[in-house]
Amino acid sequence: MNRIQNKLQENKKLLSIYFTAGYPSLNDTVSIIQDLEKNGVDMIEIGLPFSDPLADGPTIQASSTDALKNGMTTEVLFKQLKDIRKTVKIPLIIMGYFNPIFQYGVEAFCKKCQEIGVDGLIIPDLPVDVYHNEYQATFERYGLINVFLITPQTSEERINFIDSISKGFIYMVSSASVTGSQSGFGNTQTNYFKRVADMNLKNPQIIGFGISDNKTFTQATTYAKGAIIGSAFIKHLATKGRNNIKEFVTFVAS
Amino acid sequence: MNYNVNEKGYYGEFGGAYIPEMLYPNVEELRQNYLKVMAEPDFKKEFDQLLKDYVGRPSPLYFAKRLSEKYNTKIYLKREDLNHTGAHKINNTIGQILMAKRLGKHRIIAETGAGQHGVATATVCALMGLECIVYMGEIDIARQAPNVARMKMLGAKVMPALSGSRTLKDATNEAIRDWINNPVDTHYIIGSAIGPHPYPDMVTRFQSIISEEIKWQLKEQTGHENPNYVVACIGGGSNAAGTYYHYLHEPEVGIIAVEAAGHGVDSGESAATSVLGKEGIIHGCKTLLMQTKDGQITEPYSISAGLDYPGVGPMHAHLCKTGRAEFMAITDDDAMNAGLELCKLEGIIPAIESSHALAIFKQRTFKSNDVVVVSLSGRGDKDLENYINYFKI
Repeated sequence: MNRIQNKLQENKKLLSIYFTAGYPSLNDTVSIIQDLEKNGVDMIEIGLPFSDPLADGPTIQASSTDALKNGMTTEVLFKQLKDIRKTVKIPLIIMGYFNPIFQYGVEAFCKKCQEIGVDGLIIPDLPVDVYHNEYQATFERYGLINVFLITPQTSEERINFIDSISKGFIYMVSSASVTGSQSGFGNTQTNYFKRVADMNLKNPQIIGFGISDNKTFTQATTYAKGAIIGSAFIKHLATKGRNNIKEFVTFVAS
Repeated sequence: MNYNVNEKGYYGEFGGAYIPEMLYPNVEELRQNYLKVMAEPDFKKEFDQLLKDYVGRPSPLYFAKRLSEKYNTKIYLKREDLNHTGAHKINNTIGQILMAKRLGKHRIIAETGAGQHGVATATVCALMGLECIVYMGEIDIARQAPNVARMKMLGAKVMPALSGSRTLKDATNEAIRDWINNPVDTHYIIGSAIGPHPYPDMVTRFQSIISEEIKWQLKEQTGHENPNYVVACIGGGSNAAGTYYHYLHEPEVGIIAVEAAGHGVDSGESAATSVLGKEGIIHGCKTLLMQTKDGQITEPYSISAGLDYPGVGPMHAHLCKTGRAEFMAITDDDAMNAGLELCKLEGIIPAIESSHALAIFKQRTFKSNDVVVVSLSGRGDKDLENYINYFKI
């Protein structure tokens, strides 16, 4: 069983953290992953930076720009992660846009992920049907779980289809927005969380976009298996550096 | 060989809809409706009427006598520069605003490079009384000041794109983000034959009025509806798509696509995608794309704000890969000189984008009885400052 599937079976609400590889400094990637695990984070999304990230807000985009300036590339990231499984046990997911993966070669990319011990991928601009028709077999051959996004506008029929081809969890985008643009959840969002929870899908849901503190984390995990924090953690890294990760995790999930 | 889009939105291997889930409902709504709406008699009637009475179509097909004499061939100019707002862009924005209204959208967003598409979008929004937000790279805002002023006068809000190269590519990213954040009431009027399916096809169909007119105008003037060549400049490629459309499946008509070489194809400052690009994904479609080995999108360069885009529309990528179109790259210098030459020989000041297409006559020989139709996609008023600075006028 894949580490993501194992983790999802644990009887707790999961905290997943996104950060951009190569940010704030090129060689921070591994130590940030280790610190996050040490401080009780359940799952990590490692952002593969892209020059033109359509679904990201200004905070994550700026971190990607910095990471690229620092010299981050797909090749460098794979080198940095080469021995990660000697020290880190929690699920690791690479989140990136499709073009860099496509240029690396989808099969070569998946193979490398398997060698390293990466468990899953989140590729926001790889559409569900293109994945299903062209790449699903390859991903599965290398034991990778592909995570799909749904939004408040995704139809019930489409959610059911996404559920049928998902093997881990469904990434529930909290509201119609890019990353980092929300603060707090209102009725519209909680109704949407509840609506999806009531669909009794076979894959659990993890909510992302708009989680920045203990309040929003608690709100989100009332209805879902877990929550993902991205922009708020990047902001923390930008202002307080990577030595205060414990402070951030405690602030969110205590 | 088929050069039209297939039912999945591909031109050969290029096209598709590589979009985040957040955009899926918007794009899907458009995909399911655009052909149906375009076929409605009411839609056609309103579209045709506006093109005629508001845009001023048909645009003339002008036999450029002195230019023809100079290059010893028969050169016809399709005068899109005479359209209302000064470029071909209005053909598409009229079509898309009517589409948006029928889909019940009341907020319009757009991206613009040279400002022509922004002005055309602001114009149709004013015409229809819809809110209009135009994203434009900060650098383009500086170099296309008259068009920025026009958009503001027309009631549009011009939002500077501050990321990346602060030009067209980044303006497009910002517009897409806006759309993600406003999925229900907003229609995104894409100005070029790029973007997720159905945009490249929809934009091409709206612009295909250009080749439709060339056919009957040429027949009237020469007795034949097919020229030997059709020529257009390509950034994303909307004027080119419209100029080629009715000739794609006429093999005796040569198709010439002119890209911006900037300071030279190998100079590191260029926008010649057909030479420098390889297959990749940008702004929602698979196409030819200038990028690093690692898949990061490269910042293109051209003196022309309308051509410095790192990709081309997927239809053009297909025309390039199959060899249906001949691609040429023209430097800033050659384009500027060709622009000035048209002023002196024909009394027409072309947009710098269009000057790229005109510059091919110095590089490529045509037979004396060849009929060559060049799309004069826009007028040069917006570029006066660039011309002034370049020629120290």
